[in-house]
Amino acid sequence: MKKDIIISGVGGQGILTISAVLDTAALESGFNVKQSEVHGMSQRGGAVQAHVRVSDQPVYSDLIPKAKADLILSVEPMELLRYLPYLSPEGYLVTDINPFKNIANYPDEADLKAQIEQFPHHRIVDARTLAKKAGNFRAANVVMIGAVSDLLPFDEALLKKVIADLFKRKGDRIVQMNLDAFELGKAAVLSQEV
Amino acid sequence: MQKILLGNEAIAQGAIDAGLSGAYGYPGTPSTEIIEYITAGPDAKSGKIKAHWSTNEKVATEEALGMSFAGKRAMVTMKHVGLNVAADAFINMAISGINGGLVVVVADDLSQHSSQNEQDSRFYGKFAMLPILEPSNQQEAYDMMAYAFDLSEKTKLPVLLRSVTRLSHSRANVTVKDKKNQNSLQLLDDTKRFALIPSFAKLQYKGLIEKQKDLEKIAEQSPWNTYQEGEDTSLGIIASGIAINYLLENYPEKVPYDVLKVSHYPLPKEQVRKMFDRVDKILVLEDGYPFIEEMIGDYLGRDQKVIGRLTGAIPRTGELNPNIVAYALGLEEHIDSDIPEIVVGRPPQLCPGCGHIDLYEELNDIIPEIGDNRVFSDIGCYSLGVLEPYDAIDTIIDMGASIPMAKGAADAGLLPAIAVIGDSTFTHSGMTGLLSAVWDNSPITVIISDNSAVAMTGAQPSAAMGRLYDIAKGLGVKKEHIKIIIPLKKYHDKNVEMIKEELDYQGVSLIIAQRPCVTMSNDKKDLARQFNTFEPSY
Ligand SMILES: Cc1ncc(C[n+]2csc(CCOP(=O)(O)OP(=O)(O)O)c2C)c(N)n1
Ligand code: SF4
Repeated sequence: MKKDIIISGVGGQGILTISAVLDTAALESGFNVKQSEVHGMSQRGGAVQAHVRVSDQPVYSDLIPKAKADLILSVEPMELLRYLPYLSPEGYLVTDINPFKNIANYPDEADLKAQIEQFPHHRIVDARTLAKKAGNFRAANVVMIGAVSDLLPFDEALLKKVIADLFKRKGDRIVQMNLDAFELGKAAVLSQEV
Repeated sequence: MQKILLGNEAIAQGAIDAGLSGAYGYPGTPSTEIIEYITAGPDAKSGKIKAHWSTNEKVATEEALGMSFAGKRAMVTMKHVGLNVAADAFINMAISGINGGLVVVVADDLSQHSSQNEQDSRFYGKFAMLPILEPSNQQEAYDMMAYAFDLSEKTKLPVLLRSVTRLSHSRANVTVKDKKNQNSLQLLDDTKRFALIPSFAKLQYKGLIEKQKDLEKIAEQSPWNTYQEGEDTSLGIIASGIAINYLLENYPEKVPYDVLKVSHYPLPKEQVRKMFDRVDKILVLEDGYPFIEEMIGDYLGRDQKVIGRLTGAIPRTGELNPNIVAYALGLEEHIDSDIPEIVVGRPPQLCPGCGHIDLYEELNDIIPEIGDNRVFSDIGCYSLGVLEPYDAIDTIIDMGASIPMAKGAADAGLLPAIAVIGDSTFTHSGMTGLLSAVWDNSPITVIISDNSAVAMTGAQPSAAMGRLYDIAKGLGVKKEHIKIIIPLKKYHDKNVEMIKEELDYQGVSLIIAQRPCVTMSNDKKDLARQFNTFEPSY
């Protein structure tokens, strides 16, 4: 078993939370994991990504080689395409469709969507709306974990436990909201092509 | 027990478990999380371990040396350019030697993700003639800390541990061990070697040179340097630090060539010699400058037996990755990647609502009147003011350069000359520059953009908090020319007036633009407001 996952977005969008959930689930499943992330200047509204590598074999490189990623999970549509050179031919593209526009020359949204739709394995989720439905738009990153849960090498029950543990110190209400966000993400992709 | 640790956390935990008594540092990407991890842990909270953000890297190094002098194990952490600041202490404590184990942890930022350059700290280690350790993964980073402290105490020398961004900022499973006891106070019978007057220092320096043979022998037998023979002797590979991972990524079963993994310097000469004798060509894989390649390569480039960054087998700049290594091994045909054209750049930028923005909008109202090319700035979030839409500052060189550069330009006749510097940068290395300008009564205006935090590296506490006014006054800036403004839209016009007034003054004036960083928690902001008791000057 080997899963190479790129998580992408804009600094401040919470991609480290997604990585933390995957890391912990990997550790608890007894897998080896390496997860490279971005700290520093780019966290101020720049492009950020994490490489998450999970395997039952030793993991060597902290970075995923080009054309080897099984999944690119993005919380922003343009940031999804930035890492396209890493996608393996059988890999999945999964993204929140809501753009983060902090630059003047942001591309046309319909063009972005059309490019993503060219790929056979893609999932487009309105995570922001679903997160709001769960209780807070900030839970969009957890919606996205739900949207890829079937592509991950972890039991769903374990993923939910890890999410619950992560938010435990913030109280039961926040835990429940994030679990709801997870379920909404999962349900949203059931209707889509897999 | 297994834990998932960031490379920097592995270094920190390794130090704690090795019996660390004190950790000192100045924040800087990619090194910051080492001190943060120790600070957040139970030992620092209970006072068993001292963890401290020092005012700059030189100060941090000297504080660590003081702890070592008293016999305890100390660590100092910094980013690569921090070692430039600490260099005087670093080089000279190699001459004096240490008492309690002392490990200098420096994280190099290859590919300049958050830095002015990608300098390679191994050169400093060699320059100081000290042992260098270069972990290749998070487990080694953890295990090497105990080894480094033992090595330091055995050789009586500081040890340099060099990390890089991709190790410092990558997480992996790490098996951790039990914690060792700390050293007790152990005073030296004779302290002469710490008193570097020439007569003592010459002896020490000779001693350091004599020690080199021992250091070479230790590195030759080090568990961190390994030689594996391959079947195919057309090529041999020397891989240092994390470069070995990229090699193994390309040959997960077995590398067909001879491989020398280097993680402990001085370079193990016997093993390098063995490779020269066994193989036709040697590829050097190292993250950073061509340090090993330059040492063992053919200076005149006649035989090109050794290949790497200098010969073009590997790009001359930037960090390695599995694809670059595959390319150098002939396993891949090209290394450029095709990002779709629709994707545009997304550079970092100042947060919406940041006080630096208001300050730059005020300055930009003044520049058309006084002319361009005269705003000397410095390093921090406010450096982003060099980008559109602000384009408000002209220079960013090294921490503290703004004030002396403004003075030098004013000396040349460029008037008015303005320095813009952050609060933490000011206490890091701006104060001596200010004193120099005050001493010479230079006609410059210094603006401290004070957000009560070391914001760029994650809002660590700033030693400047609540102290800037008194420092400026103490350094001799005249009271009438120290002004406090609040960079908010509603004060825009008042602030512009006040800055203009001070630009007219033909001596050193200093303006503190004071407003807490908006990303700080409310608790931290409240604390900042308690410290910042001086009223605005209008
Ligand atoms: C010698 C050196 N040490 C550390 C750094 C890393 N560094 C860059 S900016 C910065 C913070 C500066 O804080 P401050 O001046 O208060 O500005 P702010 O980011 O808060 O706006 C640090 C520590 C560096 N670039 N050079
Ligand atoms: S982190 Fe603070 S100082 Fe830095 S840009 Fe954001 S608000 Fe400004």
